[in-house]
Amino acid sequence: MSELLELTAAAAAERVRARELDARELFDVYRERAAADELNAFVWVADDRPANGPAGDTPLGGVPVAVKDLFCTEGVPSQAGSRILEGYRPPYTATVVKKLTGAGAPLLGKTNQDEFAMGSSNENSGYGPVLNPWDRSRVPGGSSGGSAAAVAAGLAPWAIGTDTGGSIRQPAALCGIVGLKPTYGACSRYGMIAFASSLDQAGPLTRDVTDAALLFSHMLGRDDCDSTSLEYPGDIELPSREDLQGVRIGVPEELIGSESGAEPGVRKLFDATLKLAENLGALVEPCRLPHAPHALSAYYLIAPAEASANLARYDGVRYGLRVAGDTDLVTMYERTRAEGFGDEVKRRIMLGTYALSSGYYDAYYGTAQKVRTKIFEDFREAFERFDVIATPTSPWTAFELGSKTADPLAMYLNDFCTVPMSLAGIPAVSIPCGLSGGLPVGFQLAGPAFSEARLLDAAYALERAIDFDGSAARA
Amino acid sequence: MLDRAQVLHVARLARLRLSDDDVDRMAGELSNVLDHIEKIGELDLAGVPPTSHVIDVAGVARADEPQGCLAPEVALANAPEPVAVQPSGLGFGVPSPGQDSGE
Repeated sequence: MSELLELTAAAAAERVRARELDARELFDVYRERAAADELNAFVWVADDRPANGPAGDTPLGGVPVAVKDLFCTEGVPSQAGSRILEGYRPPYTATVVKKLTGAGAPLLGKTNQDEFAMGSSNENSGYGPVLNPWDRSRVPGGSSGGSAAAVAAGLAPWAIGTDTGGSIRQPAALCGIVGLKPTYGACSRYGMIAFASSLDQAGPLTRDVTDAALLFSHMLGRDDCDSTSLEYPGDIELPSREDLQGVRIGVPEELIGSESGAEPGVRKLFDATLKLAENLGALVEPCRLPHAPHALSAYYLIAPAEASANLARYDGVRYGLRVAGDTDLVTMYERTRAEGFGDEVKRRIMLGTYALSSGYYDAYYGTAQKVRTKIFEDFREAFERFDVIATPTSPWTAFELGSKTADPLAMYLNDFCTVPMSLAGIPAVSIPCGLSGGLPVGFQLAGPAFSEARLLDAAYALERAIDFDGSAARA
Repeated sequence: MLDRAQVLHVARLARLRLSDDDVDRMAGELSNVLDHIEKIGELDLAGVPPTSHVIDVAGVARADEPQGCLAPEVALANAPEPVAVQPSGLGFGVPSPGQDSGE
């Protein structure tokens, strides 16, 4: 069994297809591990293998996938980490989940997350925090913390999550795995319980870059049910590049300087990884993203504004919690929302409602949208000179549970290096680049819209040079 | 700096009932975050168009063809209070609108 656990998902799929491994055995091993989860990474685990399966003779070889709770899955609890959706079993399945099961990756379980994907530590889940498998006194990051912890701990071969301002990349970094936030529009958002619709994007959390490429290649594509999804130009092949000859890497001063608050250990590994890139033939040079330091402010207006509108649907009428009693309709709304939402969700609804309210709209939301334009332009100019842009994924390694919950602003600073790409809608991947104080550090590469193939190729070449060993988290 | 009255006003708009303690805490926390955010007001953004969406698609419409939809009992399966209505069979039950305390 331990030998099975050391296989990446792509390698396992390959063995299943070659009939060297039984897909049913693989499913059972992971189902048992997921069911015995001590990290609170899973909120629901499949009882049985899928009927007639899993089908090994498929592109994904029957290798089961863990799915973030906020993806709707028909008949299976889909609560987005919120008590207001406790017991909700959707009557339909999210498009990306359908695509993955159709390509041969059966549903292993649903993973814990920050409530409605709002958070960077998983401490905002209505179902308890997730523990980091590298050190159980620390957070796994968030909001896709359950997916990241499950993959890092070997409780799932691979997983999917969503990224609005860093929610795939940051937990991937803190758990020592690979996380890809695709170009906005690459994957359908249909069936994803919405947080901020102009930013939300689904993506893979995996043990290595090859797994990320394989999973992503079966998630993408236009969907009639999401009018913001796009026909993906080109194909995603498994990466094979072994050098970075001629690749121009830009390093934005604004995101790696003192303002980012990066820990010395994170900065040291970031610099060492840039050296490795140079050794592989890359041209590493400083670049400018003058408005990037303002991205966090723009993000914390735009995302809460969209959230305040999206979360208006939780009113105790059609699904989820209702706190009624002998009362009128509006009082029912107010009590249901007061009891069903957690503190962080309430803060963001308040912030967003305020930013959109009469008299403040132009100063807050309107200004933030203009800053978004400037950030988009900064990247466009940078990509005239550079193929990819590199930053640390998170300024910090995994922090102690409870250490940042008292100060919402300190928690938001987690996203300093990840929100600029989100606002610009461009793809970015985080790969583990080493350990600092025994905890994983993430290295982020970003590229222009729809450059995932090139991005994954560069990440793959670096991954081979870094040779990160994540087996300690699976022990 | 947000004061109590502003917090209560926004909470009413957002249909959130806050306790007295919540109001004070929320005023402090939101003020703290807004102080940081307000720095973007110092940028020169004259003539910059707003971006609401990064991809250039608008008015996407599918062909107007009838498609299947959820059966009423399936659509109502998660309802806290499904009620029998005529003629369609099922509906969402709600308390009386009474007097709207909102704006």
